[in-house]
Amino acid sequence: MARPAANDELVRQSGYVPERVRRAHAGNPILALWRALWDSIIGKKVIMAVTGGVLVLFVVGHMLGMLKTFGGSAELNAYSMFLRQILQPALGYGGALWFIRIVLLVCVVLHIAASVELTRVNQQARPIGYNTKRVVETTFAALTMRWSGALLLVFIVFHLLNLSAGVAGFAPGTFDPLNVYHNVVAGLSLWPVAAFYIVAMGALYLHLEHGLWSISQTLGWNTTRNVDTAKRDSRLIALAVAAGFASVPIAVLAGWIR
Amino acid sequence: MKLTLKVWRQQEAGASGRFATYDVDGVTPDMSFLETLDLLNENLLARGEAPVAFESDCREGICGSCGFLINGVAHGGRPGTTVCQLSMRFFEDGDVLTLEPWRARAFQVIRDLIVERSAFDRIVQAGGFISVPVGSARDGNAILVQKESADTAFDAAACIGCGACVAACPNASAMLFTAAKLMHLNTLPQGQPQHHLRTLDMIAAMQNEHFGSCTNHGECEAVCPKGIPMEFIGSMNHDLITAMFRRRRERPPAPDVGKQPYHEIEETGSRSRNK
Amino acid sequence: MSAMLDGGIPSGPIEQKWGRCRFEMMLVNPSNRRKHSIIVVGAGLAGAAASASLGQQGYHVRCFSFHDSPRRAHSIAAQGGINAAKNYRNDGDSTFRLFYDTIKGGDYRSREANVYRLAEVSVNIIDQCVAQGVPFAREYGGLLDTRSFGGVQVSRTFYARGQTGQQLLLGAYQALEEQVGTGTVTMHTRSELLDIVIVDGKARGIVTRDLVSGRVSSHAADVVVLATGGYSNVFYLSTNAKASNCTAIWRAHRRGAFFANPCFTQIHPTCIPLSSEHQSKLTLMSESLRNDGRVWVPLKRGDKRPPNDIPESERDYFLERRYPSFGNLVPRDVASRATKEVCDEGRGVGPSGLGVYLDFAAAIARMSREQVDEKYGNLFDIYEKITGEDAHAVPMRIYPAPHYTMGGLWVDYHLMSTIPGLFVAGEANFSDHGANRLGASALMQGLADGYFILPYTIPDYIASNHLAAIDTSHPAFAAAEADVAERVRRLVGIRGKRSPDSIHRELGKTMWDLCGMSRSDQSLRRALAKVPELREEFWNDLRIVGSGEELNQTLEKAGRIADFLELAELMCIDALDRTESCGGHFRVESQTSEGDAVRDDEHFSFVSAWEWKGQNAPPELHKEPLAFEYVHFAPRSYK
Repeated sequence: MARPAANDELVRQSGYVPERVRRAHAGNPILALWRALWDSIIGKKVIMAVTGGVLVLFVVGHMLGMLKTFGGSAELNAYSMFLRQILQPALGYGGALWFIRIVLLVCVVLHIAASVELTRVNQQARPIGYNTKRVVETTFAALTMRWSGALLLVFIVFHLLNLSAGVAGFAPGTFDPLNVYHNVVAGLSLWPVAAFYIVAMGALYLHLEHGLWSISQTLGWNTTRNVDTAKRDSRLIALAVAAGFASVPIAVLAGWIR
Repeated sequence: MKLTLKVWRQQEAGASGRFATYDVDGVTPDMSFLETLDLLNENLLARGEAPVAFESDCREGICGSCGFLINGVAHGGRPGTTVCQLSMRFFEDGDVLTLEPWRARAFQVIRDLIVERSAFDRIVQAGGFISVPVGSARDGNAILVQKESADTAFDAAACIGCGACVAACPNASAMLFTAAKLMHLNTLPQGQPQHHLRTLDMIAAMQNEHFGSCTNHGECEAVCPKGIPMEFIGSMNHDLITAMFRRRRERPPAPDVGKQPYHEIEETGSRSRNK
Repeated sequence: MSAMLDGGIPSGPIEQKWGRCRFEMMLVNPSNRRKHSIIVVGAGLAGAAASASLGQQGYHVRCFSFHDSPRRAHSIAAQGGINAAKNYRNDGDSTFRLFYDTIKGGDYRSREANVYRLAEVSVNIIDQCVAQGVPFAREYGGLLDTRSFGGVQVSRTFYARGQTGQQLLLGAYQALEEQVGTGTVTMHTRSELLDIVIVDGKARGIVTRDLVSGRVSSHAADVVVLATGGYSNVFYLSTNAKASNCTAIWRAHRRGAFFANPCFTQIHPTCIPLSSEHQSKLTLMSESLRNDGRVWVPLKRGDKRPPNDIPESERDYFLERRYPSFGNLVPRDVASRATKEVCDEGRGVGPSGLGVYLDFAAAIARMSREQVDEKYGNLFDIYEKITGEDAHAVPMRIYPAPHYTMGGLWVDYHLMSTIPGLFVAGEANFSDHGANRLGASALMQGLADGYFILPYTIPDYIASNHLAAIDTSHPAFAAAEADVAERVRRLVGIRGKRSPDSIHRELGKTMWDLCGMSRSDQSLRRALAKVPELREEFWNDLRIVGSGEELNQTLEKAGRIADFLELAELMCIDALDRTESCGGHFRVESQTSEGDAVRDDEHFSFVSAWEWKGQNAPPELHKEPLAFEYVHFAPRSYK
């Protein structure tokens, strides 16, 4: 198919010549695929979609788990113990949990790294902006993905320090690593902490509202016929997840659980 | 009716520009937007000022030459309409309208409302074709094409290459344009032999032109005068993943036109942008 | 009167002429091809197809376009479709029938051999375009769909919705860009041809102006191809794109290429009427509308009632009345003329009185609104977008508009003009449509020339001529460049009061009124007095702001109008000379008592080819006699 170019002069003049010779990456094919993905702006989107998908599965599961707070101390603590005992004795105590934590950490890192890279590309793609620009179809959620994402990152760090490690938001000695129910109620009883949790769930809602259907859009599952349904569904799921989570600090603040 | 137009004026590529404000009187509802600019230009010429440079050719919405933002919306925001077809009956006496050229790193402003869109041509050069030397084709009916595929291919091929998708995209991404050409050719049976190569090459070329990436805002499809749906961007991504899995090749090392200085490209007649 | 022109038609039976000609042509060794350079001006269907094909063969091709991209060429606006004698419908079509229909449709003013060749390669065009990925309409079985178009009795028109031209152009554009990518074709965009360079009697290059920097430069080659389209914009208001112009062919004409049949212009009957004095162009509505719409005007003059208030008894369905057997489906020239006549009688409709109704009420009642929309929905949308009226509720208003020019540079059977080495393709030449072009034939001709004729005839020219190696340092280039620079300088230096557009409008109105749908001795003589006056005014009172060394759209327009002002005069001279009515050319002196055109085969069965004799000398007429061996003269009647 490729014809030899007439001469060098012509090649130079034609401005752009797609180089048809492509080197396969030597060595590991998985690595080669990874590099191809990472080098492509669409590949990075795919990475964001896949890691985002894993994180969505996690938040849904986590939210359902946290609803057990309403079942009382025994139920939530039993659930917490169950998580540490998954696949025991094949894995040691807490082994599966650590595996999940590592997977989630990798996903978060990749998701953020890809988004930072893409944001940089996108900002460079329009060095001179518009004087007047109106948006037509996009949503508040889509326009604020970077901000909701950044807020969520701050929240996640705080949340891990707060309810997982107990080093922030607790007076020394009040955090009990194995009494999750106690920690939740004690931690969220401080209104600034609870308020931050509720605000962060607002950000989670926005991030998921756009992120969920974007996963299927990026992976090419959407069609013009189903895209409206996909958008509606992602709104509903986002709402359910955010409301499910937010119900806990609200209930604590309202004194429904203590 | 009388309108106030705030128009971006820029002498040439790389020069600094500014908005100039003009009043245009005697606009009638049966004029098109470009005819309003014609009228403005006649007035400017009569006053000895340089007319506003803007591109247009067919003036029936098919050649893709025209386009600028009116009050921040590419092509003015009427569905399925380019500025050449935009009727003045949608405007009111006393309206103040801001006219701005497409803005993107890949689309250099070369005068007033005119931008250079040769980046699109280079994306097509990279793979937007089916290689079939003239004379070697089989009978047209020897290739059966499902009606659905033909219709989908047509929907994608309806792209007029105006650049509104890039202009409207918050990220100045050319994915809708690239996806439209890819889906046109990848959907048809004739396009299958070059399916993967084309997908990899065109996407690489798009990236080399320094267009941004897609964040699924949907602004592109909202302003597309031919109603090309975002669905095609998803299909393009899907094709790319498949092509990467199947071929396991890196993207082609195409020359980075964006890094060539303006004057060098200008000499070849296919200029791009400075810096 | 000088010697007769010879079109170089090969001998032999008509169905063997092209095959024999191809065999007899000389070939260029593949390894020698890259040593030869070809300049193609224009990147529409014919230009892009020729560039791509010649690039594939290995020649060094440089393609020039004044657009920012080759995809903008006005071929893109063709709606209806493309003819091909495939006979997929088993309805009696054949190469010979397509040939016959085209000769008859062209009112016996085209060359039999050329038209037969066109019909012959029409089938290859479809195959080529399908293979390129042009998304033609398909049936559910996966086969190509066709429709009947332009009043012919077989279903031979292939189409891609209402945008066939766009899809075919994109096919050719893609093939062209592939060659640009591989380096065989160099694309020069935003470059306008301003002169042709002749060295030792052969076309050896061009002079262009870069439309961004204003720089004038020369380009040398072994062969120059002009594929620069038609000149309908001489009427200012036409369905052509704003930038469509005659400059390339007119510059070539001034350098010695004969201009054939300049008065053969096609006026398309179904366009949206003029609505404001500022209107910049006219929009075509597909001819297919006449399949179901009924054309009428009020019986009374100056009847200003809304159309739906005019009772059936006070309407005149004038096409059905005058042509009972063809009714609303009479050919373009006949429908246009009848429309003009009723408007001239003062029975036209709309604010300007220049329009007739095209009524779908009967079709909607007969079929259903949905069925009508299925067939014409997009056209109703276009109409509503432009006029703001819903054609379901009130009848459309239509009026004829200049659309296509059958005339163009004279070419022989090899598509070479009278300047050796200067080939002309597509609408820019005169070759195949005679005095009237049938629907869905323009796309066919452009692609035939580009894909299947020039790639044979250009190598033959290269192989059979000794072409000395020259470059742009040859004095002829410097001289042409100086001419161009001088002309630009002169245009910019006039510093008068009138804008180019105002003069163009005036020229257009003059030509439309005096050399438009019907022409008389008197009107043409008036035009011949008026056009030079206008030209004088142009060169004395033009105003251009800015210089030639920048992107200057006013200057671009002015240069094109200067050439239109010269071409207009030649059109009138040709129209005056041809005292018969044929096809798009209607002389009021040559008609029946019922107003139908009367052809004069005895005296006018020839091609008029005009030779430029200088600014102040009248052009010289050369005749190429037309012989009709296979299709015999018959009057066209649609009664």
